[in-house]
Amino acid sequence: MTKFTILPERQKQIHEKDGKSFAISCDRHSVAGSVSQRACVFCGSRVVLYPIADALHLVHGPIGCAAYTWDIRGALSCGPQLHRLSFSTDLSETDVIYGGEKKLRRALEELIPRYRPKAAFVYATCIVGLIGDDVAAVCRQVSHTTGIPVLPVHSEGFKGTKKDGYRAACDAMFKLIGTGSVDAVGPHSINILGEFNIGGEAWLIKDYYQRMGVEVVAVMTGDGRVDDIRRAHGAKLNVVQCSGSMTHLAERMQTEYGIPFIRVSYFGIEDVARALYDVAAHFKEKTTIMQKTRALVKAEVERIYPQLQVLRRDLAHKKAALYVGGAFKAFSLIKALKQLGMQTVLAGSQTGNADDYALLAKMCDPGTVIVDDANPMELAKYIVEKQVDLFIGGVKERPIAYKFGIGFCDHNHERKIPLAGFEGMLNFAREVHATATSPVWQFTAHRKNCDNALTKAGVPC
Amino acid sequence: MLLRHTTEEIKERKALTVNPAKTCQPVGAMYAALGIHGCLPHSHGSQGCYAYHRSALTKHYKEPVMAATSAFTEGASVFGGQANLVQAIDNIFTVYNPEVIAVHTTCLSETIGDDIPQIVSKATASGKVPPGKYVIHANTPSYVGSHVTGFANMTKAMVTYFAEPAEKRSKTLNLIPGYVEPSDMEEIRRLTELLGIEAIMFPDTSRVLNGPLTGKFRMYPEGGVTTAALSKIGAGAGTVALGAIASGPAAKALDTKCKVPCEILDLPMGLLATDAFIDTLRRIAGVNVPEAINYERGQMVDIISDMHQYFYGKRVAVVGDPDQLLAWTKFLVSLDMYPVYLVTGTPAGKKFETALRDATRDVPQEVKIKVPGDLFLFHQWIKQAPVDLLIGNTYVKYIARDEDIPFIRHGFPILDRVGHSYFPTVGYRGGIRLLEMMLDKLLDRQDRDAPETAFELTM
Repeated sequence: MTKFTILPERQKQIHEKDGKSFAISCDRHSVAGSVSQRACVFCGSRVVLYPIADALHLVHGPIGCAAYTWDIRGALSCGPQLHRLSFSTDLSETDVIYGGEKKLRRALEELIPRYRPKAAFVYATCIVGLIGDDVAAVCRQVSHTTGIPVLPVHSEGFKGTKKDGYRAACDAMFKLIGTGSVDAVGPHSINILGEFNIGGEAWLIKDYYQRMGVEVVAVMTGDGRVDDIRRAHGAKLNVVQCSGSMTHLAERMQTEYGIPFIRVSYFGIEDVARALYDVAAHFKEKTTIMQKTRALVKAEVERIYPQLQVLRRDLAHKKAALYVGGAFKAFSLIKALKQLGMQTVLAGSQTGNADDYALLAKMCDPGTVIVDDANPMELAKYIVEKQVDLFIGGVKERPIAYKFGIGFCDHNHERKIPLAGFEGMLNFAREVHATATSPVWQFTAHRKNCDNALTKAGVPC
Repeated sequence: MLLRHTTEEIKERKALTVNPAKTCQPVGAMYAALGIHGCLPHSHGSQGCYAYHRSALTKHYKEPVMAATSAFTEGASVFGGQANLVQAIDNIFTVYNPEVIAVHTTCLSETIGDDIPQIVSKATASGKVPPGKYVIHANTPSYVGSHVTGFANMTKAMVTYFAEPAEKRSKTLNLIPGYVEPSDMEEIRRLTELLGIEAIMFPDTSRVLNGPLTGKFRMYPEGGVTTAALSKIGAGAGTVALGAIASGPAAKALDTKCKVPCEILDLPMGLLATDAFIDTLRRIAGVNVPEAINYERGQMVDIISDMHQYFYGKRVAVVGDPDQLLAWTKFLVSLDMYPVYLVTGTPAGKKFETALRDATRDVPQEVKIKVPGDLFLFHQWIKQAPVDLLIGNTYVKYIARDEDIPFIRHGFPILDRVGHSYFPTVGYRGGIRLLEMMLDKLLDRQDRDAPETAFELTM
């Protein structure tokens, strides 16, 4: 077995809940030389804005940044599919020497007349920040000549972490908000923030709100449309999911337009019900909304609960590890796993802050490991030590989990079916069941020789 | 229609790539570096770069991909990345304990102008590189070339750092397999062993990126060429390099540095290219071709003869990396098929384009070639005049769906099917597999579209 060492610099970013005081270091840049699972500023901006389907997304930089984010995430659109194409200025050596502004302008002038998008986002990558292209100026000029908003996204990769990319995306979107007419927006209206319509999740959520009698003005950004975003300031409440990516936008909208916001999660029965009730409570003057919400939650829970109980029988007492992007998702997952009778023994995130981790620690049982910005060796160490049966994470964690012969569930870009909402909870339970109870794990040598894999602490048999 | 935004009318584009048929250098460098045993690739740049490269390789191979990063901050981008790299080298050897760190640069560190050898020697001087361990590097600016260039540069770095000129030549051959799948590298080794030739293959990603599930996680899987083997390549009897673009630079560097003569061949895809490969090995090593190999060749010819009428005159569009594209083109022509649209995203040069032209000279239809081109143009050509078969990486599936054309996945990346890392497409056996793949697609289509009266049981 490989020996697991933890970098001294990293030790403060890992905490094993022991009943003593909780302290974890986070919001730090990754240590040079670590095999972190994190990404960059550009990545953050790109994932947030990319689902806006009738906008043009042009990556200004060498080809890689565009190639790796081409249709990277199953953010579905019921209409235009322009966001699923990959546009790049494909900077070459001479551009790097002489500047890429001309090329950027030409690219925009070719694309905008051809596709007539409602708006264009121009992503600045590392190299653009370094050679000093004035992306904002080019965007202003092209916006003037083409008549559509052309918005620079200041997402140079080296300027921070993925979180800073979320901010840059929010700042770009904020420029669109307030430019549309709000005449048609009613009094019981919301924006859905931080929901990206992976596997059609935004459609599920939107349907709930419509059944409650609540008007959805804009979804930011799942199945997003520029015109909806332009009139988002007409909504009376911002409902923010995925706290990491969109809270910044909600805060700016509160300051500028006086729109209050609430934080919600749509994962797990408990959280999705609370989300809907919280929204209904906000519009308490219209009592029918709460009545309809109660009826909706009751009907949905009754529909899925018996099926969940069946799946739970096989899953009870299994141990889960989760490593996700934002900490907020971790909270919901822990609760959802609990609902399935499972125990979370490792919880980590790429971008959580101190408050997030304190709350995580509170939610977890003693002995649970809490980790910020983990690397594969740390994840491997705890998979073995904690005898994990199921890992929940993203694309880079999947094969690591499989190598240990344990189940895996993608709760990130690669999920194909909605895991949000009531329907999503059932899908999630099925996915967990499919992977955690798969016969394949019995075929590995170490499982064949013992009833329960990794029986003795830390020693795989 | 996912690609409903593709227009039929072609306008010249000057400043823009739409739906690229390439990606950037570092991912190729990372892939090559994984072909050294116990090597941790290291990306000297922002954190995003290596996250994307690891994700891309993970999605393609469905295996853990380990690499480290210098994790540039704004400060590093202004003042240079020396401190980051020195700290990284120290941390990596302390914690992850590889045999080799293979540093590749990014657009960021290239533009800042970080001098990697100077930084490494500084790290070595201050004792951060343990004895017997290595730090090698390749310059891989993302704004030059493509992922294939990055692979070629890192492979060349193996020569630069490890090859030693030798007084006495050994009998061992050097094999540079090209930017191919781990399964292909395995097949190249198998054929060489069948010929009874001792060879050192570099890089070698077999048993690294197509390993078994054992219940254990190994940061450094068992495969990969060892540093001990690499130190002997300078004494080799000769080098056989497969694929001029991906393997040529390393082979030539080895010739220049250690006077090891090299033969640069096409990738051994298809009958004739495999013949050339086997024949070259036979000639250089002075061995006879064993019956086992003749037998495999005979089987391949047998299948072609059995089914040749189904290949005849089929219009094919191929998009891929240059070495694969040229090999495909020659293979298709040898089957009496018409490769009519040929695109690579890699700027592979005029000489390469001429090679494609020469290979398709006798095709009795107009052949369109674009080097470098993108999938948008490729799709536009297809819209203007369709083809019978598409060959390319997973991104071609959008075109296949929209235009309803049979499609074979080949190349990098393949994100939606398995098999490519286990079953080779080089050698005679690989050729048989390619024939099977093509026939499956073509005959399935014929079955699907046949009216009931013409629906055939035996084909």
